[in-house]
Amino acid sequence: MKVSITVNGKVTEGDIEPRTLLVQYIRENLGLTGTNIGCDTSSCGACSIHLNGEAVKSCTVLAVQADGQSVTTIEGMANGDQLHPMQQAFMENHGLQCGYCTPGMVMAATSLLKEIPNPTEEDVRIGLEGNLCRCTGYHNIVKSVLAAAKK
Amino acid sequence: MFPTAFDYKRAGSAAEAIALVGEYGDDAKFLAGGHSLLPLMKLRLAQPSVLVDIARISDLSYIKDAGDHIAIGALTRHHDVEHSELLKQHVPLLAHAASYVGDPQVRHRGTIGGSIAHADSASDLPATTLALGATYVAQGPNGTREIPATEFYKGFLESALAPDEMLTEIRVPKMNGAGWNFQKFNRRAQDWAIVGVAAWKRGNESGVALVNMGSVPILATSVSQAIASGASLADAAALAAAEAEPQSDLNASAEYRVHLAQVLVRRALEASNK
Repeated sequence: MKVSITVNGKVTEGDIEPRTLLVQYIRENLGLTGTNIGCDTSSCGACSIHLNGEAVKSCTVLAVQADGQSVTTIEGMANGDQLHPMQQAFMENHGLQCGYCTPGMVMAATSLLKEIPNPTEEDVRIGLEGNLCRCTGYHNIVKSVLAAAKK
Repeated sequence: MFPTAFDYKRAGSAAEAIALVGEYGDDAKFLAGGHSLLPLMKLRLAQPSVLVDIARISDLSYIKDAGDHIAIGALTRHHDVEHSELLKQHVPLLAHAASYVGDPQVRHRGTIGGSIAHADSASDLPATTLALGATYVAQGPNGTREIPATEFYKGFLESALAPDEMLTEIRVPKMNGAGWNFQKFNRRAQDWAIVGVAAWKRGNESGVALVNMGSVPILATSVSQAIASGASLADAAALAAAEAEPQSDLNASAEYRVHLAQVLVRRALEASNK
């Protein structure tokens, strides 16, 4: 089936099986491997991307469901060499250890700040409940998101 | 993990979706947000040969004041139920319970109709709408019919919907200032409830339903009857599991679930008492 999905501002086109997952389309058809696959069961949040500006888990969306829609991945966050404020805040606050959960954390956190621009620490902890960090580095992740909110 | 291969059809209206499912028969399934169906398909627990995507039927996503009740389009996302000012005002228990479904990403995709049609007793919204005395509206090839929530849940993941019927609207009576509470007992954030309780109370009137206390969501009618006849909240809560048939699993034994239900119903009733 033919699909046309705008990814990071560019129109992409593919001829795919309907069972192709959005994360698979992003990684394998487009070669954008910044979006990670973790649990593959919509629990861990590693594959979080923005679909029409809102964070979703791309392992549980079919690419055909995103046909005609707009997707942003971690590769679409920086502006050239200038990191997105959320990426910058993660760097400055040691918001990552192994880094596997980081793209999903950044996408979920930026979506959270759109809904709650000035969150409390509790808002951030609850707002990131869909993202797991196996390094258990949550403390600095929360610190990073709060720092990004102040930028 | 990938689902087995299937054909994909996109419907522009409820009538078109119902006709498509009718055309392909029992192996066709409606796809809304996909957050119950796609995980089952990835685990190969469901293998429909045709998916009829109904997510773009824009006139089934709404929350409207309909006088004595609020009418919610089946394709309304959990996120929109959670943040609806109309629901916060008239059916605050439902808006609050929606904030417990999955996590923010899941709530951006999953729909109230999908959750109810999936009929999982471990989900939050089937039990919550049952406690609230909701009526569901289903559309089929021969028109629409209303199904009371009390007659909707037939067995594990089984509902009163015929294969070619689509859930289109959820009608939830206004709570008119009743006290309410939602309890969800789980081990980790974003998990399903080991046991959950949705409750409201106005004087001697009440509605209490249990999450994950059997193969279907359970309406705890003995609790409400006891309250109506003047029993104390603690005595009423002791009857929490009278209608339940809880299972033992990795998270909890059936006996522990009964204990949890009694404790959580008591807490929910005390918090609803005003």
